[in-house]
Amino acid sequence: MLESIIQNLFNALQWGSFYSLIALGYTLVYGVLTLINFAHGDIFMVGAYIAFFLATFFLGSLQGIPGWVTLTITIPLTMVLTACVGVALERIAYRPLRRKGANRLYVVITALMCGLILENGNLALLGASRKSFPEMIDKVVYTIGSVSLTNLKIAVIVSAVLVFILLQFIVTQTRIGMAMRAISYDKFAVPLMGIPIDAVIVFTFVLGSSMAGLAGVLYSMSYPILDPYMGALIGWKAFIAAVVGGIGDIRGAFLGGFLLGFVEILVVAFFPSTFRDLIAFSILLVILIYKPTGLFGVAKTTKI
Amino acid sequence: MQRLSIPLMLTLLFSALIAASQTGLIDLYIQSVIMFIGINIILSSSLNIVNGYMGEFACGHAAFMAIGAYVASILNVWLFTKDKFFGSPLLPPEMAIYCFPLVLMAGGTVAAFAGMLVAIPSFKTRGDYLAIITIAANFIVTSTIINMSAIGGARGFMGMKKIVFAMEDVVDLPWMLIWVIIGTVFSVWLIRRYVSSTYGKGIIAIHQDEIAAEIMGVNTNRMKLTAFMISSGLAGLAGALFAHILGYINPGSFGILKSTECLVMVYLGGMGSLSGSVISAILFTLLLEGLRFVIPWIDAGLHWLNLIPDAYEISQVWKWVIIPLILVLLMQFRPEGIMGNKELSDIFPRLRKWYQFK
Repeated sequence: MLESIIQNLFNALQWGSFYSLIALGYTLVYGVLTLINFAHGDIFMVGAYIAFFLATFFLGSLQGIPGWVTLTITIPLTMVLTACVGVALERIAYRPLRRKGANRLYVVITALMCGLILENGNLALLGASRKSFPEMIDKVVYTIGSVSLTNLKIAVIVSAVLVFILLQFIVTQTRIGMAMRAISYDKFAVPLMGIPIDAVIVFTFVLGSSMAGLAGVLYSMSYPILDPYMGALIGWKAFIAAVVGGIGDIRGAFLGGFLLGFVEILVVAFFPSTFRDLIAFSILLVILIYKPTGLFGVAKTTKI
Repeated sequence: MQRLSIPLMLTLLFSALIAASQTGLIDLYIQSVIMFIGINIILSSSLNIVNGYMGEFACGHAAFMAIGAYVASILNVWLFTKDKFFGSPLLPPEMAIYCFPLVLMAGGTVAAFAGMLVAIPSFKTRGDYLAIITIAANFIVTSTIINMSAIGGARGFMGMKKIVFAMEDVVDLPWMLIWVIIGTVFSVWLIRRYVSSTYGKGIIAIHQDEIAAEIMGVNTNRMKLTAFMISSGLAGLAGALFAHILGYINPGSFGILKSTECLVMVYLGGMGSLSGSVISAILFTLLLEGLRFVIPWIDAGLHWLNLIPDAYEISQVWKWVIIPLILVLLMQFRPEGIMGNKELSDIFPRLRKWYQFK
């Protein structure tokens, strides 16, 4: 009994790590721009595909190189390329709208449309056949009692925690993090203080998208089947996790992701798996009704 | 008399449409396109109450559509047809034609009460938190239906065609077209009445400034409750019609993608513009159906120009790349939507002489 609880705990931690990594990207962009970047889930999908192509390319062309070398090349390259995709979206679609001073919701709709373009463009170009991700490193299973842990599972959990610490450090301790917080505090006064607002926004997108790319690599290593719609549902769920944590707050996104992971794994452990979405979302809805600004969100006071 | 000219023209147009489909001048495909235009008009204009006039960001409209669709279909199948699960009909199938509007209304009413699921949290939360509640509501509704195996679960629910046939047995007319036209006109009329009433002014005041509205004596909670209930009720009506047109529904067709379509139509038309919603619903449906024919031409053209390899075919998947691309471009050039927040009669003031619409 205890062992199955611990086993489920680790599964939940792994599953929650993916949600956390994606939710961090949502919350970064939201915190700075108050823009719900609905294309983020699809950026995660693009990241997984980029990792797939890089990994097959390296494994195919560089014969005889150990798997961990491939992995260490693939991860940073994927993060850089995915960040490029995110920044391209910002430059092409969001920035012109922001310059025109369009209503915030129109930017959100544009983001939704960009997500659709990414997933259907992928489907149209690469076809509907699912891709299976190549295995780069050998799976090592550690068994303690009857609890089994793979090295991948540990890596996923550890990297989620590291990313959280890194982002928290960047946002709270560095100059550029201070600029990000300043933009979210007052968008109109910040350019007057000589802060390059566009550069800060691009940096935010770089951070968020590269985390999505990292999540893409780790996800496709853990669940090595890729399809173009894999990002859609997980993206929506990660967004919900970010909001439950209190959107705009790094700690909120991190904890919200793990909370959603725990709820989903626990539901599956006790109920039929078709009940997963139903119960998970009902719990989140109840949390939002009792705490309308999320776990870490601060209610904004409105001046009259 | 002059003021009646546009309503008269519309009546003539609708009668001509019904006559043409009765005599077979327009085929079933064009009929179904017309019906989908009607349904999309109901969906976009009803979502416009919440997202346009009230300025919220509700993105779970398909949930209410699903509730309306399922309630109306189950009621109809239970009352009028012989079904494995529900047994023999309770009422003679000839009654279907008289009870159909009642069943549609029942679907709409249940959906309206389901709208309270979103409306009550909206008393305390606004903006993006409410957006999440609506998305979660959409997921909750679809996965509830998936888990109800009595009504087909994920496999879907069918048997509504029998109702349509039963109606055609009594009087041989294209009944679904008639009901869709009646439903669309009713919805647009209702929304117009609602928006120009005290309630409508109240929700516009909430959009501008909720606190100021409350201080001025607007009962914001009541306004929000009615706005959400009317919006979701009409979505339920649209869903009920949708179910009877297709004759088959499954929870997958009321997912977040359908909600996205509704959102797109609202923002394409312009927030807070009823005529904008109608125009964008028509344009969007025509675009969706038109691309079905245009894509093979593009494919043939590109092959003829030797721009793409012979083995690659531009398939219908590209439809969902081209449509978002068009919308993104449209947003870049006209970020306030087709109509902004104006009505057609604000842009062409002379039009007012030709109709009376209150």
